[in-house]
Amino acid sequence: MKADSIISLDHGSGGLASQNLISDLFLKYLTSPQLRDLEDCAVLGEYAGRLAFSTDSFVVDPLFFPGGDIGELAVHGTINDLAMRGARPIALSLALIIEEGFPLADLERIIASVARCCEAAGVAVVTGDTKVVPRGKADGMFINTSGIGIVSHRLDVSVKMAVPGDTVLLSGTLADHGITIMSRQAGIDLDGDIFSDTQPLHRLVGALLESDACRVHVLRDPTRGGVATALCEIARASKVDITIEEERLPIMAPVATACELIGLDPLYLANEGKCLIVCAREAAEDLLQLLRQVPEGRGAARIGRISGPGAGQVTLTTRIGGSRLLEPLTGQSLPRIC
Amino acid sequence: MQLNEAFRSREVTAPLVAEISRGLRQPVRIMEVCGTHTMAIFRHGIRSLLPEQMTLLSGPGCPVCVTPAGYIDALLAAARLPRVVLATFGDLIRVPGSEEASLATARSAGARVEIVYSPMDALALAQREPECTVVFAAVGFETTAPTIAATLVQARRLGVDNFLIIAAIKTMPAALDALMDDPDLPVDGLLCPGHVSAVIGSGAYRPLVEKHQLACAVAGFEPADILTGLLSLIRQIQSGRPRVTNCYTRAVSEEGNVRARMLMEEVFTPADSEWRGLGMIPASGLVLRTEYQDFDGLRQLGIALQATREPGGCRCGQVLKGCLLPPDCPLYGARCTPLRPVGPCMVSSEGACAAFFRYSGEKKSRKGGGETYEA
Repeated sequence: MKADSIISLDHGSGGLASQNLISDLFLKYLTSPQLRDLEDCAVLGEYAGRLAFSTDSFVVDPLFFPGGDIGELAVHGTINDLAMRGARPIALSLALIIEEGFPLADLERIIASVARCCEAAGVAVVTGDTKVVPRGKADGMFINTSGIGIVSHRLDVSVKMAVPGDTVLLSGTLADHGITIMSRQAGIDLDGDIFSDTQPLHRLVGALLESDACRVHVLRDPTRGGVATALCEIARASKVDITIEEERLPIMAPVATACELIGLDPLYLANEGKCLIVCAREAAEDLLQLLRQVPEGRGAARIGRISGPGAGQVTLTTRIGGSRLLEPLTGQSLPRIC
Repeated sequence: MQLNEAFRSREVTAPLVAEISRGLRQPVRIMEVCGTHTMAIFRHGIRSLLPEQMTLLSGPGCPVCVTPAGYIDALLAAARLPRVVLATFGDLIRVPGSEEASLATARSAGARVEIVYSPMDALALAQREPECTVVFAAVGFETTAPTIAATLVQARRLGVDNFLIIAAIKTMPAALDALMDDPDLPVDGLLCPGHVSAVIGSGAYRPLVEKHQLACAVAGFEPADILTGLLSLIRQIQSGRPRVTNCYTRAVSEEGNVRARMLMEEVFTPADSEWRGLGMIPASGLVLRTEYQDFDGLRQLGIALQATREPGGCRCGQVLKGCLLPPDCPLYGARCTPLRPVGPCMVSSEGACAAFFRYSGEKKSRKGGGETYEA
């Protein structure tokens, strides 16, 4: 491979090579005025409302997978974390740690993804950083993004707000991202039927909150640990018990088949573009219809209910009418996935 | 529609559940031999549907659970050697050896431990990295033994000389026979393992029926399969006429998979084998034939298999024999949890203790260990 087609330690030195990388590659795709000035930090405008702030790091293997890449995940992941508290994202940071020898063409592909996702989501990368570490000290590339959002309503959408009687909705099919990554890692070719679901959720959340904000109690994106772990977190934080029904869980047939094949429970696999919504029972039907009209919520389903006050137990009613407890994911040796 | 949908629908399972409840007239104790059955029974909530008179006991059919700690020590010794890559199924990676170290902790300390999904993947790894020696942790029953045998035949054919195995392969019928000899173990019927039976055939259980007057039903892993197997067992038990019924005819035949067995016999030969919890059982394991001993990792790397003691207080042995339910162990939920397992039954995703802990409401030992479980 030619020397000018890969990342070298010089690219992270802060010297001329770094500057060229920034001007020739990063600024070619990331075009916000705050970034272009290359100041030490971005000064944002004035906004009405409370500030929301979140950060997330991305270490996915492989970097490119069906349905997306690490750049898309990095943008959507932070936008979604903001959205889960009802915040509208306004600015992102982008920090890269790149392994020496990383192909420049791959870097360009990833930065182009970041730019495309930001534009589609209406949010800008306003500050950034790049470090290069010697070969063998990182696995290709790691990305960190942080994001600032504005909460313009007075509501407290939080994992603590579920109350007995509430309904649990899921915005679409489960396990798509997790199984895509796991099957790639297992070297199992699934005939192109399976794609990551990486997508931003702020518009879906915006639509929900605009319509019936005070009856949406909890929003949670079931990323690592999957739907089961997210439900356990809600149950424990809100001091309630939750019951969900296996036959109501939306899952794509190829995903279900792949889970059987690899021996994984889809309830514990990551999602990167879905959210759980706990809402007042009388609002559930309207919210479900609303969700299904938003592209990100087409596959939404009612999956269960808050069955009572309690110590945080989550019970699954199985298809055959039996019941079992759902525990949070314990430290299983799952390959890393997000 | 998926093939397995029909086996999971309530229309099919509800009549079976009703028939079991209606038909059961006496307390029965049934052992599900296979770890995959244990997991499926919990996963589908089958226990919650069965009458109280039916007790289900988990048997010795979880390969990770019955592997002695000394074997893990041997894998650790291999993994710590320079230029050795230890390739293993994911299940084995958190099992502690005799001194608490596991392959996971060895990996954190710098050893190269790679998770593979089949022995052929481990062979491919050896071909990709000719400068290293790849050692495959060959654990399993008659289900995995043929693929391990096929991998060695392939390795020989391709002339791959940097691929070794450390084997702890076990076979079912002799172990079940030894288990049923135990007068303290009152079992009325066996739910026989579907995958193992696909290889050894349903006929392999006939001697058990004759010698121990034991009801046997071979069953698959979907809810309808398991319920059908249980129904067949209670009918046999209550009629007093035990036999072998094959409730998994879509995968299992009377004679089994002859080709797979020939492959096994080409590479392996029966030998006495130590089962965790059950001790040494004659002719219940497989070792490499002389012609294949150049693949023997222990011999090639100069590692000796040591006898080890069980961790203090660990009752995995009795759990594997069906003498105890997991919450009857004093360590359960206290010193031994899925996050920090002491015994193998808590580590393996198919272990009885892990299944109990994950799916049942019981998070603490019934023996009142004095410590509580922290989430």
